[in-house]
Amino acid sequence: GAVAAGGGRSGTAADWGGFEDNMQGGGSAVIDMENMDDTSGSSFEDMGEMHQRMKEEEEEEEAEGEAGAAEEEDGEFLGMKGLRGQLGRQVADQMWQVGKRQASRAFSLYANIDILRPYFDVEPVQVRTRLLESMIPVKMINFPQKIAGELYGPLMLVFTLVAILLHGMKTSDTIIREGTLMGTAIGTCFGYWLGVSSFIYFLAYLCNAQITMVQMLSLLGYGLFGHCITLFVTYNIHFHSLFYVFWLGVGGLSTLRMVAVLVSRTVGHTQRLILCGTLAALHMLFLLYLHFAYHKVVEGILDTLEGPNMPPFQRVARDIPVVSNAVLNTTAKAVALTL
Amino acid sequence: FAGLADVSISEDIPVEGEITVPVGSHSPDEDYSTLDEPVKDTIMRDLKAVGKKFVHVMYPKKSSALLRDWDLWGPLVLCVSLALMLQGGSADSKDDGGPQFAEVFVIIWFGAVVITLNSKLLGGTISFFQSLCVLGYCVLPLTVAMLVCRLVLLAGSGTVSFIIRLIVVVAMFGWSTLASTAFLADSQPPNRKALVVYPIFLFYFVISWMILTFTPQ
Repeated sequence: GAVAAGGGRSGTAADWGGFEDNMQGGGSAVIDMENMDDTSGSSFEDMGEMHQRMKEEEEEEEAEGEAGAAEEEDGEFLGMKGLRGQLGRQVADQMWQVGKRQASRAFSLYANIDILRPYFDVEPVQVRTRLLESMIPVKMINFPQKIAGELYGPLMLVFTLVAILLHGMKTSDTIIREGTLMGTAIGTCFGYWLGVSSFIYFLAYLCNAQITMVQMLSLLGYGLFGHCITLFVTYNIHFHSLFYVFWLGVGGLSTLRMVAVLVSRTVGHTQRLILCGTLAALHMLFLLYLHFAYHKVVEGILDTLEGPNMPPFQRVARDIPVVSNAVLNTTAKAVALTL
Repeated sequence: FAGLADVSISEDIPVEGEITVPVGSHSPDEDYSTLDEPVKDTIMRDLKAVGKKFVHVMYPKKSSALLRDWDLWGPLVLCVSLALMLQGGSADSKDDGGPQFAEVFVIIWFGAVVITLNSKLLGGTISFFQSLCVLGYCVLPLTVAMLVCRLVLLAGSGTVSFIIRLIVVVAMFGWSTLASTAFLADSQPPNRKALVVYPIFLFYFVISWMILTFTPQ
């Protein structure tokens, strides 16, 4: 009797324990889907069964415990009273265990960063090569070009863009009223990367282009390299014409590369046109937006330095107060305005 | 199983105990409960641990003390003091210091989490909180730089002060990056060190930039 009950309980514990060992296969990069379809502890029947089993064990235990008692009350009645207290504790304990186990299982399934591990498997040389290649448009568009599905490079480029944007916002004294500089920068960059990737992936799905989501993220991420270079240069040297040269040259090159890769993976003229037109437009317009959204305030400062009443072509001849930067910018502005 | 029938263990007493053999290298205080000691002892012990880690950051050499007993008190103190010192540097006087504080706080913690995740994904052997601990403690040189910048700005804000601040911030930025690299890069495979160092560089660069462009109102 006693040994059997004890054995039964340890058997249950062993069942649960053994099950747990089986679940936590620990540190594997691949999620073993076969183990996922167990429902013990989550299904109502199992809970009921467990409850019933424990209740039986408790009853046995209590019945034996009371066998030697001096009370002459109804053994069953006393059994029920003691049963409720200890049973309650046991059930609560078991519920806690089950809940904890389920939570940790869900956590290890969804928060398992091993899912992302293959996408970060790169060497520094490869990253450098891909950065340089992102500026070189491919010529062969009849043969599907290979895209590396890697996320390290794109992620680092997005963060670099955030840093450059912050620098630009600080130097142009952008004032953000609702929210923070950092929030705006991160939101803009990540929003562009993730949002436009998803949108183009959706269009690619409609246009029957052969590209996966990770590849799209990777392609667009590396396309931001051109943006980083352009913004880094033009946030420090405030020439409008210089910006336009960079916009067309550097921005154009990286857009051409992305477009060429996409074209090589799409069949049909209309589809190619839709997909590549959208991507080119969005990419170039984003660069334009990044430049102008954070340069308006600089323009305002320059205007106040020069004074509103002076006609443009007379400014170059006059004496201009101290700062050499203002001189350069004035000249550039005069040149640009007279063109 | 016939022999086991004689064994009588009362069902009320759960069978429990330690199955591990205690190794001699356990320090003696683990045997005592630290609940009974006076509060001063607890605080002093934690303060000493934090102070020892500060020393490790200022003179980075390969020791595992920073990694083994990680704690987040030091990073929290540094982060809060840096955020407080960076307050009030907004260009518009109508802005209150609120967003500034939250901004710095979020940048430091979010950045540290991202770097940690990145180094884990690249195959690092360091744990999540150890990495957070190292990155947080290595903000110390930059906090010192911020202090120096504030003092220099009290004296004046001309070109000379800008040059002094630039030199100090660049030096401290280099120190921070080197210190954290010394601890974190070891846990990576040797040919991928550059991949881990770059985000750290970017992280401290952003913080240094915030310190350098700080102008009090």
